[in-house]
Amino acid sequence: MPFTNEDFTVIDSIINRYPRKRSAIMPLLHFAQARDGYVTNESIETIAEKLDLETAEVIAVVSFYTQYKREPVGEYHVGVCINTLCAVMGGDAIYEGLKEHLGIENNCATKDGKVSLERIECNAACDYAPVVMANWEFYDNQTVQSAKDLVDAIRSGNPPAPTRGPDKLPTWRENSAVLAGISDGRAGEGVSAGEPSLLGLKLSKEGK
Amino acid sequence: MSKLTPVLSANWDEKDSFTIAGYKRNGGYKAVEKALAMEPDAVIQSVKDSGLRGRGGAGFPTGMKWGFIPQGDNKEHYFVVNADESEPGTCKDTPLMMANPHVLIEGIIIGSYAIRANHAFIYIRGEVAHVIRRVQQAIEDAYKAGYLGKNILGKGFDLELILHVGAGAYICGEETALLDSLEGFRGQPRLRPPFPAIAGLYARPTIVNNVETVASVPSIIANGPEWFAAIGTEKSKGYTLYSLSGHVNNPGQFEAPLGITLRELLELAGGIRNGHKLKFWTPGGSSTPLFTDAHLDTPLDYEGVSAAGSMLGTKALQIFDETTCIVRAVLRWTEFYKHESCGKCTPCREGTWWLVQILKDLEHGKGTAEDLDKLLDLCDNIMGRSFCALADGAASPIISSIRYFKDEYLQHLAIGGCPFDSVASTIFATSPAGGAK
Repeated sequence: MPFTNEDFTVIDSIINRYPRKRSAIMPLLHFAQARDGYVTNESIETIAEKLDLETAEVIAVVSFYTQYKREPVGEYHVGVCINTLCAVMGGDAIYEGLKEHLGIENNCATKDGKVSLERIECNAACDYAPVVMANWEFYDNQTVQSAKDLVDAIRSGNPPAPTRGPDKLPTWRENSAVLAGISDGRAGEGVSAGEPSLLGLKLSKEGK
Repeated sequence: MSKLTPVLSANWDEKDSFTIAGYKRNGGYKAVEKALAMEPDAVIQSVKDSGLRGRGGAGFPTGMKWGFIPQGDNKEHYFVVNADESEPGTCKDTPLMMANPHVLIEGIIIGSYAIRANHAFIYIRGEVAHVIRRVQQAIEDAYKAGYLGKNILGKGFDLELILHVGAGAYICGEETALLDSLEGFRGQPRLRPPFPAIAGLYARPTIVNNVETVASVPSIIANGPEWFAAIGTEKSKGYTLYSLSGHVNNPGQFEAPLGITLRELLELAGGIRNGHKLKFWTPGGSSTPLFTDAHLDTPLDYEGVSAAGSMLGTKALQIFDETTCIVRAVLRWTEFYKHESCGKCTPCREGTWWLVQILKDLEHGKGTAEDLDKLLDLCDNIMGRSFCALADGAASPIISSIRYFKDEYLQHLAIGGCPFDSVASTIFATSPAGGAK
């Protein structure tokens, strides 16, 4: 799909954020994923051209960071934290359960293109373990069953809202735009903090 | 009286705590008015006098770091916030930015003014979409309110603040790798010196501070350095966020004076989950050597934890009870370091690969007791031999677990497999015994 004038307007606005244009490479790659769902060869060539780089230099960056995908992922990309704490608390069982339930391997998508699965590292929500992410939104305190229910709901077109996030789960491409710094106007949705985040504050108010 | 001292988290239970109105209602952006009426050097002095030390792991005195920025050098200076929170177990900056992004922005304005920077960046990890929304919105609102942009509060100070979103690389939490990443390269650590204060972003003088560190600055300016220095212990001043996770009844965030103990924190967290007992824990993330129940009364400040053989790190207290297999836990952390090694330095790139192979065998009851010596020897050849501390972090759980739980490693070999039931350690295990099969 050729880049449109609108695409180039976005690209230029991203480049203009930075004192030096090469710094724009990461948000441009997030934007590429918002456009196509993954980083295409065409995007790599366009970004290289805009930043006066060789395509190899862009590929070197793409291949370094796990959030950039060189193949399509699901419309909803589900990550299960399998770092030690989440794994022990149930993350390993959740991952195995989802793998079997969806019939797919790590970093693969279902045939309908709805859901892909990834073993992810610590996502900074350990007090909500075990944690599952969908398109990088938090689904806290999961069980094998709740995670299966989540992917089933996603596949039937009715995903529940994230535990701490917007009112409705955005698609992979929509959230890739957020990561590129393009506002979706949904910052005001969702809670300020979940219960574990508030526990110390609550206890201090009780004088404990 | 409560042992807790909520400052950064004081307004998190308000519905609009993350908005500029919610922040200002609780006295937000008063500190920046006060700071901009001071000389920049006086701001640095206040932060020095407060005793604030880095909350991202290393514990370096913040005011002293700011003082390293050369002045009158006619170069651009940069202020960079490390919001790439990825150290396993660490989960404090993420809720902080979700619930109170403006306190971070206020700290950035004050810090940038102090070191005479007109450009600031927040480097945030890419896997937290809603936190990114909140911080982005907060930046836009701070611009609209005149706290960012040209001639801030009419004081002639200009500041551009840019949110930069990472893309899934633990190593970018290392400050020089972060700077390479921000410049548009693969995130690989640089050899130091020169330190970022001399040659950082675009080879210009740069401060890189952790989110919690920067967010602590407005309270120091607003209440005075003496107020801050009166909290905590002799050399570890102030309050901080302790994050308890794992096998406790009520995990969560606890903002308390430095020097509180795990025993006190566990009491607040409702204790180890019912019917179980503490086995091992990390004081500050997976890169800090493990502790056991022998360390329940260790003061959790920089000196106390260090004297007991570990590091305060990020104050990420991951708690594991007796149902957890130490070899499985350490293997998984080691797989993480292998996965996240950037590959620049051979001891780390190759060493973590070998550590995983050996630990995998041990977990499955294969290998011999000599493999434990081999692990320690490998760790000895990895630690301190790379550009950054990632490999040192990889060695920490291995060395400390062999120190405290050597018998458990040997037990794996004796029975030819793992003696633990992994179901028992999950939160879905319901019976008092942990749901053993």
